[in-house]
Amino acid sequence: MTQPRTLYEKIWDAHVVERRSDGTCLIFIDRHLVHEVTSPQAFAGLRATGRTVRRPDLTLAVPDHNVPTTARLDAAGNKLPITDPESAAQLAALETNAPDFGIRYIDAVAPEQGIVHVVGPEQGFSLPGATIVCGDSHTACHGGIGALAFGIGTSEVEHVLATQTLLLQPAKTMEVRVEGEVGPGVSAKDIILHITGTIGAAGGTGHVIEYTGSAIRALSIEGRLTISNMAIEGGARAGLIAPDETTFAYLKGRPYAPKGADWDAAVAYWKSLATDPGSTYDKVVVIDAADIAPSVTWGTSPEDVVPITGVVPDPASFADPSKQTAAAKSLAYMGLEPGMRMQDVSVENIFIGSCTNSRIEDMRAAAAVIKGRKKAANVKWAIVVPGSGLVKRQAEAEGLDRIFIEAGLEWREPGCSACLAMNPDKVPAGERCASTSNRNFVGRQGPGARTHLVSPAMAAAAAVTGKLTDVRELML
Amino acid sequence: MTPLEKVAGRAIPLGLKNVDTDVIIPAHWLKTTSREGMGRGAFESLRADPDNLFDRPEYKGAPILIAGDNFGCGSSREHAAWALGDLGIRVVIAPSYSDIFSGNAVKNGILPVVLPQAAIDRLMEVAATDPIHVDLDTQTVTTPFQDRFTFEIDPFRKMCLLEGLDEISLTEKSGAAIDAYEKTLDAERPWMRPAV
Repeated sequence: MTQPRTLYEKIWDAHVVERRSDGTCLIFIDRHLVHEVTSPQAFAGLRATGRTVRRPDLTLAVPDHNVPTTARLDAAGNKLPITDPESAAQLAALETNAPDFGIRYIDAVAPEQGIVHVVGPEQGFSLPGATIVCGDSHTACHGGIGALAFGIGTSEVEHVLATQTLLLQPAKTMEVRVEGEVGPGVSAKDIILHITGTIGAAGGTGHVIEYTGSAIRALSIEGRLTISNMAIEGGARAGLIAPDETTFAYLKGRPYAPKGADWDAAVAYWKSLATDPGSTYDKVVVIDAADIAPSVTWGTSPEDVVPITGVVPDPASFADPSKQTAAAKSLAYMGLEPGMRMQDVSVENIFIGSCTNSRIEDMRAAAAVIKGRKKAANVKWAIVVPGSGLVKRQAEAEGLDRIFIEAGLEWREPGCSACLAMNPDKVPAGERCASTSNRNFVGRQGPGARTHLVSPAMAAAAAVTGKLTDVRELML
Repeated sequence: MTPLEKVAGRAIPLGLKNVDTDVIIPAHWLKTTSREGMGRGAFESLRADPDNLFDRPEYKGAPILIAGDNFGCGSSREHAAWALGDLGIRVVIAPSYSDIFSGNAVKNGILPVVLPQAAIDRLMEVAATDPIHVDLDTQTVTTPFQDRFTFEIDPFRKMCLLEGLDEISLTEKSGAAIDAYEKTLDAERPWMRPAV
């Protein structure tokens, strides 16, 4: 009888090209997603060494980080120029590199364009059981459909382009099991914020986290992508959720997904990937879903999480001296005092978007809270950035854009936007933003910007009250 | 890649934990198509303080950086390693690193040394006044005060650093194995090829 294996171990074993004596393996990469920021130096490297792309058919490029979220076409349908010359140069480089190396390319004005981690699953390019890489740490996202997906540096981008493989050490395995039912107003984002607060920003370092349990199984694919997206915020390069009927129903019929008899064979294979009974993980964390409240961050690390009903912690309350120092620095940067109620913190900016929370379900959750209400007077800037052109169109078909616009929020074109502020969407220095993105790092949303990570419903609640708000109070 | 065996010199005693790659190099410095000149943007938010460590004369061009737990967490941007390299840093010493950063560092000839917090605390003390020596071959960190700390490193990474190896050339030697894998994959899971 074969040894019981975890989902991670099955995917890993199925991709070993060569195993070295020290345990390092040459791993085959099934899908390579490319964007404009971390690829130009890799393509330059290929040119310098006269190399080609080994499997252009497995490589998909889409611009997302730099693209403006304002209109990209004029009334006559002509492309509007990108005003920032550096962003324009990076976008132009991808537009040239993709056809030069024969790889698939979705243009910035194509209807399918969007954030690479929204586009991959949406197009059925990302599949369960596949190894997926991208020069972006939020590649972990695709683990939500059961792919072993992780971020890589630019040298590795070049390595994958040239060889369709990576040299990797096997990771340790970690199970995060969330059992039970979450309460009203608690979304996938709150679950992953709670997990990150529980395990810490380095809790999953060296591990691949498999999210299991009834609360995870109950999530839609959108919710699962949100969870796995932030595996990296807990230190794990990849997250995984076993593919099931929810996954198959989501993928069936998508453009790049298998069709006909191929589909049936694929589903049979995907069903075989679930972790075997009797398998063991190197680390196990169990969380009771009933303990999870709508959550919010107070500091500059994604582990700095409290329930919205909580208060800003006292740095002295942390046992670890280096965490005490870090917390004190965070509070100084964030302009917060220990003991302040999170619900008393006012916000001037709202960002609903990013690869964490820009899918149709996120748009619906935010719109449900906004509907019939108005943006608070103290909120100066509130933008809603759908994750892709397809999400945007779907939301518009459902009338969600009107709900946002009538409440005083801006409805934008798809892209990474204010999650990392590489395009013109930035939070001004010293101002606060209730943001559905994934990182509250110093300067992440612009130099001096103060980020509070929240769910789409919580961001919407903050937009209408002008302060961090328990969304459950608006759901009565 | 420049080979690395021994590095000696001043060490910047940063010491902070969870230093993310947005702090090492903010996103607006990523709008480039080159790997060069990234040092100018390195640690921009910390260097906004006129009394910051990086710009003190004694640490100008220091080849070693000492940090806290989970160094290089967050974004996968290799620009963080390029920025450190451009500052002249060849060795980082910390209790732990993010997985992506430590890989990026090695690929750019930067050695991520892992030592326990107690050793870090001692090296932070020494770094305030004196140089530190790092020897990759013997896997040791030493000080002028007879401190001697040994560290572990993955043998493959050690070889790559010592020899300044180009990983792509190395993998290309496995071309036949990759061909064979692709054939098997096409036979066993033909549906893995994108449908269009």
